Amino acid sequence: MKTITLAHGNGGQENNELISKVFYKAFKNDILEKSEDAAVIHNGELAFSTDSFTVSPLFFAGADIGKLAVCGTCNDLAMMGAQPKYLTCSVIIEEGFDTKSLEKIVRSMKKELEVNGAIVVSGDTKVVPKGSVDKIFINTTGVGEIQKKGISSNSITSEDMILVSRDIGAHGATIFAAREGIDMNTSLQSDCASLYPQVKALIDADIKITALRDATRGGVSAVLNEWAKQSDICVEVDEDKIPVSDEVNGICELLGFEAMALANEGTFVLAIAKEDAQKALDILKQTNETASIIGSVTDQYVGRVVLNSAWGTKRFLELPTGELLPRIC
Amino acid sequence: MSDLQLKDLYDGFRDPDTIKAFKKIIDEDAKKLEHPINIMEVCGGHTHTIMKYGIPQLLPDNINFVHGPGCPVCIMPKERIDHAYVLSMQEDVILVTLGDMIKVPGSNGSLQDARSKGADVRFVYSPLDCLKIANENKDKKIVFFAIGFETTTPMTAALMDTVIKQDIKNIYFHINHVTVPEVMRELIDSRDEHVDSYNHQIDAFLGPSHVSVISGSKIYEEFPRDYKKPVVVAGFEPVDVMQSISMIVKQFIENRCELEIEYKRLVSYDGNKKAQDLINIYFEKISLFKWRGLGNIKDSGLKLRDEYAKYDAEVIYKDILPIAQIEDHKLCICGDILRGMASPPECTIFGTACKPSTPIGSCMVSSEGACAAYYKYGNLL
Repeated sequence: MKTITLAHGNGGQENNELISKVFYKAFKNDILEKSEDAAVIHNGELAFSTDSFTVSPLFFAGADIGKLAVCGTCNDLAMMGAQPKYLTCSVIIEEGFDTKSLEKIVRSMKKELEVNGAIVVSGDTKVVPKGSVDKIFINTTGVGEIQKKGISSNSITSEDMILVSRDIGAHGATIFAAREGIDMNTSLQSDCASLYPQVKALIDADIKITALRDATRGGVSAVLNEWAKQSDICVEVDEDKIPVSDEVNGICELLGFEAMALANEGTFVLAIAKEDAQKALDILKQTNETASIIGSVTDQYVGRVVLNSAWGTKRFLELPTGELLPRIC
Repeated sequence: MSDLQLKDLYDGFRDPDTIKAFKKIIDEDAKKLEHPINIMEVCGGHTHTIMKYGIPQLLPDNINFVHGPGCPVCIMPKERIDHAYVLSMQEDVILVTLGDMIKVPGSNGSLQDARSKGADVRFVYSPLDCLKIANENKDKKIVFFAIGFETTTPMTAALMDTVIKQDIKNIYFHINHVTVPEVMRELIDSRDEHVDSYNHQIDAFLGPSHVSVISGSKIYEEFPRDYKKPVVVAGFEPVDVMQSISMIVKQFIENRCELEIEYKRLVSYDGNKKAQDLINIYFEKISLFKWRGLGNIKDSGLKLRDEYAKYDAEVIYKDILPIAQIEDHKLCICGDILRGMASPPECTIFGTACKPSTPIGSCMVSSEGACAAYYKYGNLL
């Protein structure tokens, strides 16, 4: 790793390597090492998280960078069973950026804050010369009140089932379809959404939640691989139970991607105690009918994720590597 | 895209019952085989399908796959990547290529590395996207680093055609297009200099179908006729591959040796004549093209015809393009893998020094390479 390449930001293997070899090495502490979606602080009462947002195009079907910037951090808090409360908002803007677009982005942030019941309490603005950033970068940092303690990616066992909250890959596929170069008419929309309402519904129903994680960069594939390693388990998923929309499947076919590795911005993976899995599924289905129980936890290949096909074959589902690039032919 | 439902691209061709039914037929037929058969899938797309869908797990012990040289990224020699690297580092150049190519390491690094050093390297979904880049960057020279087999050549020819017809002044071409029949012939004919008796282990071929959409199935005629190797032109879905294997097995038990098309929904005997004509207008064969791991293969590459030299980056940048020959890494056995003589796990650096994130050999670079497919999918069973 002599220089940083785009692959180091892929949410997969190279990204993990960068984080562990540079940042974890320097910042080493017990909280950070738990490697959860948000840090649990203040005697387990608060969750604390930060995220920066860069996306091209800034406005896309289903959302924009503003909505994304609020959902992203709030969802990280929600994944620790916390209600998002206070956010900071820091923006880096390229000179020449259109004020109307900025206002649109901020309106979008305001709307999404309301969904979460959170407020922005501090912020920062920087304007940099043209070419220094790609239009606008947004950082949000958030604090949330933990409503249910003990949710952790480190404590999944064979007593859990694995679920996803809806069909996967919609955000990643939407962004690819929207980028210049692919003139594609699709009704695809990013899944970008705040997840706290669904998490609250699960908590209110007293569901035994072991772990939650929103499947952002690196997709469901990265979440399952991280869980398998963090909890020393084998996750086995059934390919035909994984919900993927026809359009996402089609784009994957055209460009040679796997839906499991595509980014999501409003889809989460759940490890739920077996006895509550069906009940949790029923609750998730109230928001999205495509929610599904996709797999179980075994000790067959500890630290790995196994994908079972509908015709009896199996393979490992690996952590995504490299920059997502379309295949050649 | 509006008339084509994306679902149509895969629906039905992954049907579990159909796949299981083919498994049953193949199991029964394979009992009648007189000897085990090794089927080479020439195309990297097939390798990927075979590994991703676990096809070997469905086949009896006497049917094996050997992986072929049909991945445009895998076969690109370092010398050519060094050309792309040098061109990309020119201040007034935007180097444009297709997908995976930017990850392949040359002797100075990959195009991805060049980009991280400030080079303007872009990947496109279609060569025609160069037109937009050229229009938006009139003060720059757009060099299209063209790669791929018969499948992608017509698109480069279409770009060339537009550049000439619209008199676009700032698009240039670095051509690395190669052709399939020549390398298939090489695999059967050649002898390995490192071993006494070269044994290519190929009994039959799964024919690359995207290539055949353009060139027609006719380009494989010589293999059953002259070399006694059956060829079935196969699609890329698991049902396609299972059906094609069944067709090959039936040829053996019925003592036939023919060229057949499984992928009839897109492939014809003659192929796409319009695309072939366009290729012939702008390209001609070059006498030798070096393939990574395989060496020089006669008549296996294309170049722009001399009358289009003013568009040819190899002519224009002749003075700065490196000419030194580069040896492949000593421990890497990509050459043997591409020849069908070895499988990826037989390589001593497979999965250790050589991984998709730090590829040493070209077969580990591309998502369609045999080593990458084994690394990603194949180490379970």
